[in-house]
Amino acid sequence: MRRNLWRRFSSNFAVLAMYTLTVLALVPLGLVLWFTIAKGLPAVTNLEFFVNSQRPSGIPGSGIANAIVGSAIIVGLASIAAIPIGVLSGVYLAEYGSGRWASWVRLASDVLVGAPSIALGLFAYALVVVPQHHFSGTAASVALAILMLPVVIRTTESAVGLIPNGLRESGLALGLPRWRVSLQLILPAAAPGVITGALLAVARAAGETAPVLFTALGNQRLTFDAGHPMSTLPLVVFRDALTPYKDLQQEAWGAALVLVVMVLVINLGSRWVLRRQIALARQL
Amino acid sequence: MAVAVDSSAISVAPVVPRPPDRYRTVIAFISWAAPASLILIVAVLIQQAWPSVTRFGIGFLIGQDWNQVTNTFGALPFIFGTVVTSAIALVIALPVGIAVAVLLAEPGQQGLRGALGTGIELLAAIPSVVYGIWALYVLAPWALLHIETPITDHLAAFPFLGGVPRQTSLFTASLVLAVMILPTLAAVSRDVIRAVPRGLRESTVALGATWWETIRHVVLPAARAGIFGATILALGRALAETVAVAMVIGNRPEIPHSIFSPGYTLAAVIANEFVEATGDVYQGALVEIGLVLILVTLTVNVVALLLVNSAKARALV
Repeated sequence: MRRNLWRRFSSNFAVLAMYTLTVLALVPLGLVLWFTIAKGLPAVTNLEFFVNSQRPSGIPGSGIANAIVGSAIIVGLASIAAIPIGVLSGVYLAEYGSGRWASWVRLASDVLVGAPSIALGLFAYALVVVPQHHFSGTAASVALAILMLPVVIRTTESAVGLIPNGLRESGLALGLPRWRVSLQLILPAAAPGVITGALLAVARAAGETAPVLFTALGNQRLTFDAGHPMSTLPLVVFRDALTPYKDLQQEAWGAALVLVVMVLVINLGSRWVLRRQIALARQL
Repeated sequence: MAVAVDSSAISVAPVVPRPPDRYRTVIAFISWAAPASLILIVAVLIQQAWPSVTRFGIGFLIGQDWNQVTNTFGALPFIFGTVVTSAIALVIALPVGIAVAVLLAEPGQQGLRGALGTGIELLAAIPSVVYGIWALYVLAPWALLHIETPITDHLAAFPFLGGVPRQTSLFTASLVLAVMILPTLAAVSRDVIRAVPRGLRESTVALGATWWETIRHVVLPAARAGIFGATILALGRALAETVAVAMVIGNRPEIPHSIFSPGYTLAAVIANEFVEATGDVYQGALVEIGLVLILVTLTVNVVALLLVNSAKARALV
């Protein structure tokens, strides 16, 4: 009897301990969000912050417009390269992915997800910056495209895999060729999942610092030309945070807040869409 | 009994060979992109690192000198920093990660656990540079006051725990890394624990075991290989992390006598010095560090993925 009491007590204690540890795991999330908002808010409440470009310390009216434009162009170019290739690779894995080759592609993309992002930067430096003899936004796009590729591949594969076989079979039964079934029937049905996967990849690329450090390099001026050095939001955070100047540190927190808000919106939004997608797929 | 059938009456459609599925060929070709870029990256890095590889040979990995003036480069301080920070991060993150995974893998109603799971996933979504600035201005001062100083005061007799504590140190970097690898550890372990056959759980409960006894003696042992894989996967993430570490580790290329002293990691030294690196040898040395880093993380990842995938596949049988 006493022994059973002890067993029950220890089991309840274990449940409690696990919940405590899980809450403990979320403490850093709360702290990061809290401090980013608290320290970044004074910067972003000023409209100039989004309109002006960076200025040296001590000169008022500094902003991060150059970094926002740079991030948008660099990530945009990377998306143009990575998303079509990634989606088609993902469709291949989902539709024909039982063979040996497909399992190599899967392993390669899983390994690529874990590849050090700084190494992608070195790669893009050697491939683009060295032949061009100058830093450029396009070099950063090359690095980020490789970073996005595996994310897009695997999310597309799982989104397409959710589509029931009946849809594919009915298309084939109507005499549609495979490519039309795949691209005009299956892919649109899987679109919400595919798009959220692409957005998650965009969010991840937009938050990366290491691959853009010595490809885009950074640029205090506003430029729309991806052939030149550009700044990005993470670069502003990284460089400004390490300066001893209070106003630049403030700017870094502001840029960090912009990044965090973007990442949170994309992630929470995509979770919502994905849940609906799974519910819809069950109905089909 | 008409044996002789007029064969022309039965018109058999001629067997047309299936047209080759050109669509399949095209997208199969496109799917080369991921493996090809992986191979290309390693090849380009080897080529770029060559000046350093030929000059220093194997001694590069055990050399302790990092001197731009004399052009002598050794990677040992960085290897040391990377290994130590990743190891401490794993020790901190492992118990928490497994607890989270066990909780999230429980069958049944989600509710509160669903919210906790979302939180853990958001933890993975925060950009590393944001962790970096937070660690630099919030975590590091706090850790110096409440963890590093008490430990150096009372436990200085132990190796690696003495010295003068600093805000930017191997230990601070390990703390940030622990936070950053936790989501990987938790999510992958959760999947592996979920893949433990339900019958195992149910039969244990039917024998009268409590929840904790089921987890401790049946579920966790059954998921052991997979959790080990998850741990190695998290190790790979820790080894590869760059900017958050570069911001708080102190950036000093030497092997410190205490974990509370500044150090350096492989990824951080590339991030900090590559732009300013002049000359083939210096730049080559940094690329060689990148090469070491990518080869190690790739190996670690392949091993981890094989472990995790086989753990999941076994559960399906």
